[in-house]
Amino acid sequence: MQRPPNVTPAPPPFELDGVRAIVDAHRALDGPLLPILHAVQARFGHIPEAAVPVIAEMLNLGRAEVHGVVSFYHDFRRERTGRRVVRLCRAEACQSVGGAEVAARTLQRLGIGWHETTPDGAVTVEPVYCLGLCACGPAAMVDGKVVGRVDAARIEAILSEAGA
Amino acid sequence: MRVYVPRDSAAKALGADDVAAAIRAEAERRGVPVEIVRNGSRGMVFLEPLVEVDRGDGREAFGPFRTADIPAFFDGTLAGLGRVEEIDFFARQTRLTFARCGVIDPLDLDDYAAHGGLAGLRRALAMTGAAIVAEVTASKLRGRGGAGFPTGIKWKTVLDAEADRKFIVCNADEGDSGTFADRMIMEGDPFSLIEGMAIAGLGVGASKGFVYLRSEYPDAIEVMNAAVGIARDRGLLGDDILGSGRAFDMEIRVGAGAYVCGEETALLNSLEGKRGTVRAKPPLPALEGFLGKPTVVNNVISLATVPVIFEKGADHYAAFGVGRSRGTVTLQIAGNVKRGGLFETAFGMTLGDAVDTIGGGTASGRPVKAVQVGGPLGAYFPREKFATPLGYEEFDAEGGLIGHAGIVVFDDTVDMLAMARFAMEFCAVESCGKCTPCRIGAVRGVETIDRIADGDTAASALLTDLCETMRDGSLCALGGFTPYPVMSALDHFPGDFHIMKEAAE
Repeated sequence: MQRPPNVTPAPPPFELDGVRAIVDAHRALDGPLLPILHAVQARFGHIPEAAVPVIAEMLNLGRAEVHGVVSFYHDFRRERTGRRVVRLCRAEACQSVGGAEVAARTLQRLGIGWHETTPDGAVTVEPVYCLGLCACGPAAMVDGKVVGRVDAARIEAILSEAGA
Repeated sequence: MRVYVPRDSAAKALGADDVAAAIRAEAERRGVPVEIVRNGSRGMVFLEPLVEVDRGDGREAFGPFRTADIPAFFDGTLAGLGRVEEIDFFARQTRLTFARCGVIDPLDLDDYAAHGGLAGLRRALAMTGAAIVAEVTASKLRGRGGAGFPTGIKWKTVLDAEADRKFIVCNADEGDSGTFADRMIMEGDPFSLIEGMAIAGLGVGASKGFVYLRSEYPDAIEVMNAAVGIARDRGLLGDDILGSGRAFDMEIRVGAGAYVCGEETALLNSLEGKRGTVRAKPPLPALEGFLGKPTVVNNVISLATVPVIFEKGADHYAAFGVGRSRGTVTLQIAGNVKRGGLFETAFGMTLGDAVDTIGGGTASGRPVKAVQVGGPLGAYFPREKFATPLGYEEFDAEGGLIGHAGIVVFDDTVDMLAMARFAMEFCAVESCGKCTPCRIGAVRGVETIDRIADGDTAASALLTDLCETMRDGSLCALGGFTPYPVMSALDHFPGDFHIMKEAAE
């Protein structure tokens, strides 16, 4: 299968020195844990289990506490995503203009559920509750890029561009 | 000529980046000198991408602008909308907080100062902390995040608290569906928020501020970070604000996708690097907030309104409004609506005027069945309540809440039982888990609504009872206010809750 042209390159393999460097760069902040977790995820694409004890030790926190924070927030992922992440808004304003139908069609077309990745690793679909695009819904975000007034044709264009 | 193409994410979502690139390419091809300014949005989302041209005699608007319009645009034959200030949706507004949004280049501090920016801060720098707090109190500004608590009283509590460190925390975790005012001002006029936070710091004696900005807003994060960098370089932030010898600095912190972190104590926990669970009050954050220190927690719009209050005076601001709701409300008209966008007006306009006159009814052309005001925790109002004036007490009296002033319009195809179920489902997904009525109640709520959908009409009494428990027993507004959309749907649209029974009869 040909790889689609403008997909973000795969994140580098996980290594603990990278995590230590990130913790060092942020530890002087007031309340450094969320910025650290965001930085780890930005670099490695997810928060590997092995990063948790390293972060905990360097910040003098319990492993359970760091694990609790990672698992509390929807943003932090324990596994890598597909090459593209498509987030579809499920909130009320998007529902009022057919957002639920667009979401159902997308999941059906890909044969996956929310938070799942297609077997070929092309696309992960996640729900999001409001992107602040409530006057031009249904709204979506494709790898951080906002898309408004998403309909069947628009979502098909997004999915085929992603190689799904 | 100078061309304005918004960088606001609603404009981008509708193709503004492509439009800007195509205008640049065509200008080069034709050899026409064009300066492209990426401004904020004027708030007329129904006209986005809204391109403006300044040929030296005012700004002429074109929108929604398509890349296919470009040849006609350069030939001067494209039909426009006239002066942007004369477009009806815009001309009807009273813009105080959003006066500069869409007008200026968001990251041009000189442009900001040329349009009234920094005048408020300069005035505040000559005042004592007590005088600054008194000015905010006199403006009668109330928390725009939804709670409506008087901002001056909150600031006074922090001013009077003794501590080695105090903090200003801006709640930019705008997670309510139907709201985008925070996002718009951060993307379109970020210095107004920075200036407002600096004034707050001077007022209460805090030298450090944080903006807790939701991760769902990458464009706003980018603009705010850039603006803070510019503000530091230009001496608006740092150890010597505008040469005054006074200090204030701030950081942008990114949330991690938890709706409950819009609740101020959960937000503070999250900022400290903990799970975003709600804290019991008291102690108030004003006394024991971030890291246990006295902390002002205010919404983006509250803080971004502070500069204009100091620029024009508290009396000027308080002269607008109705009853105890003074100043302006930044309505966000959204959902299935013909003319959606941001509409800033004095408190007191009726809900019906906002939906029908300003919004123009539904986008689908079908009748309006319900509107939800105040986000996912706000009540659904039927047409019968459209005479309600937009004000804190006025909405409360009708069993609703104005919240962050988002209005989501639904046409007659909406199933209110499904919306009530969604409210409970959302509460279950987003509950922080700390208190039982919210954590368990939301799950049982979904199940109970499913029983009603299956024809068990007796379950509606159980749902009512459950909602009372959640309202009275929850620690914060998530569990406490989820009954608003659920019960308003049940009370105002009972027909949608007896589908199976009617079918059986």
